[in-house]
Amino acid sequence: MALVQCDNISIAYEGQTVVYDLSFEIHQGDYLCIVGENGSGKSTLVKSLIGLKSPSKGKIILNDGLRQNEIGYLPQQNDVQKDFPASVYEVVLSGRLNSRGFRPFYTAGDKKAAKENMQLLGIERLGKNCFRDLSGGQKQRVLLARALCATKKLLLLDEPVTGLDPIVTAEFYQLIKEVNEKSKIAVVMVSHDIESAVRDASHILHLQETALFFGTTEDYRKSPVGRQFIKSGQIQPEAEKTAGGERS
Amino acid sequence: MIHTIVEMLSYPFMVRAFTVGILVSLCSALLGVSLVLKRYSMIGDGLSHVGFGALAVAAALNAAPLAVAIPVVVVAAVLLLRVSDSSKMKGDAAIALISTSALAVGVMVISMTTGMNTDVYNYMFGSILAMSSEDVEMSVMLSVIVLALYIFFYNKIFAITFDETFAQATGVRANLYNTLIAVLTAVTIVLGMRMMGTLLISSLIIFPALTSMRICKTFRSVILNSAILSVVCFCIGISVSYFFATPAGASVVVVNLAMLAVYTIIGLIKEKRKICR
Ligand SMILES: Nc1ncnc2c1ncn2[C@@H]1O[C@H](COP(=O)(O)OP(=O)(O)OP(=O)(O)O)[C@@H](O)[C@H]1O
Ligand SMILES: [Mg+2]
Repeated sequence: MALVQCDNISIAYEGQTVVYDLSFEIHQGDYLCIVGENGSGKSTLVKSLIGLKSPSKGKIILNDGLRQNEIGYLPQQNDVQKDFPASVYEVVLSGRLNSRGFRPFYTAGDKKAAKENMQLLGIERLGKNCFRDLSGGQKQRVLLARALCATKKLLLLDEPVTGLDPIVTAEFYQLIKEVNEKSKIAVVMVSHDIESAVRDASHILHLQETALFFGTTEDYRKSPVGRQFIKSGQIQPEAEKTAGGERS
Repeated sequence: MIHTIVEMLSYPFMVRAFTVGILVSLCSALLGVSLVLKRYSMIGDGLSHVGFGALAVAAALNAAPLAVAIPVVVVAAVLLLRVSDSSKMKGDAAIALISTSALAVGVMVISMTTGMNTDVYNYMFGSILAMSSEDVEMSVMLSVIVLALYIFFYNKIFAITFDETFAQATGVRANLYNTLIAVLTAVTIVLGMRMMGTLLISSLIIFPALTSMRICKTFRSVILNSAILSVVCFCIGISVSYFFATPAGASVVVVNLAMLAVYTIIGLIKEKRKICR
């Protein structure tokens, strides 16, 4: 059975439909990349999946005992303020909050989970550091660790590598792939990096207000939409490579 | 030294001022951290003006001040929160609108009934004589409830202060806790208002948080430091007020200001050291 099932959903902002007639499924262990142009409704869809925005039509059904508060999420731009005083450990631990319900305090199990996820992402030594003093890449790792704390089943990432340099970006993709393979957590990632999307993902959803394509990556490579998009996307990584070469 | 302190505490009104003041300082320091970080500090200021209006009306009606002011200010708090979250009107403009209106209503009521007298002066600038013994009972009870609720919901308050979207996404009801913070703030402000003065009470909320953030790097340490700092500053301030017969509120604010200066300097020195290393 599918973990998440979207049947013909539409999503609207104040009466203006931005996503329509969209159907797809996410199964356990899937790695789904959502691709599409700016403003095609990717972030909007992610917001609906995490329950911040209910669809104007249709229903998003969560199965397999997945509950709304068991989804890990890494937002597109975090509106976390620049001067916020919080240690890395405090931030990661706050990911456990959703499993607390009305119980007020963290247990030893929560603290252990937070430590384990920090270890997994190689940030265990930053634990006492102040979140605001970290580099962009470190911050993303911390927020990913927090998202991992919040879920055992489904992880939603909205353009997680924005602003990271090519080397850190590659590491980050690797981490996500490991998480997906080792822990069997389903990953849904919004990405503009089509090359790595077709490399890592098991499924692709090409969004342009509605699904231009949904299926396995194999089929996407063969489809006309996919071939065209992959071709047009290859200009960008070239430019990034030069930038990376200068840096190192 | 000890002798003078013992003498100061031999006056029942001073004991009352200390009891209520310490509790209110604690509450406001804790809440202040969230308010400052969420850019809601203006709400504290707005609420104190609403409180002034409520006090004036209560005096005109000959009603118990706390019994009138608490519900009015709580309602105003919820309202202000709604307004500053909705995009229709700019939040700060809306707060200024509500707070000046409340102030104007208060002044109108006062001038039509008792006239501008020392009571009004005390409302505005605070007085250590403000607390009657019934007030103390009620204040102690309410501030203990505020503290207990804060500690109980500490982790959730951290989450919605740090990143409201994520908290919401993972099932924390952010609106509920935002309202909780606003209501607790309202109660705290009303309790401290007559001692600190309506013009100065919001400083109790803002100063300790800002001061602690000069140095502290974790949320928990900011919270603890604010709480301690707030109580210490209050005790020093109120003693100054007693010995030099200065208004209570102003004295406490001046001590807080001095602390902010000290912390800022320490913070700068620490930064310098880091750069040098
Ligand atoms: N809060 C909002 N209110 C009204 N319209 C919105 C809102 N957020 C997004 N939109 C509109 O919805 C459409 C889809 O936006 P969305 O943020 O989902 O795009 P996206 O695919 O994530 O783009 P990007 O690649 O730039 O992140 C856009 O046309 C945008 O103008
Ligand atoms: Mg987006």
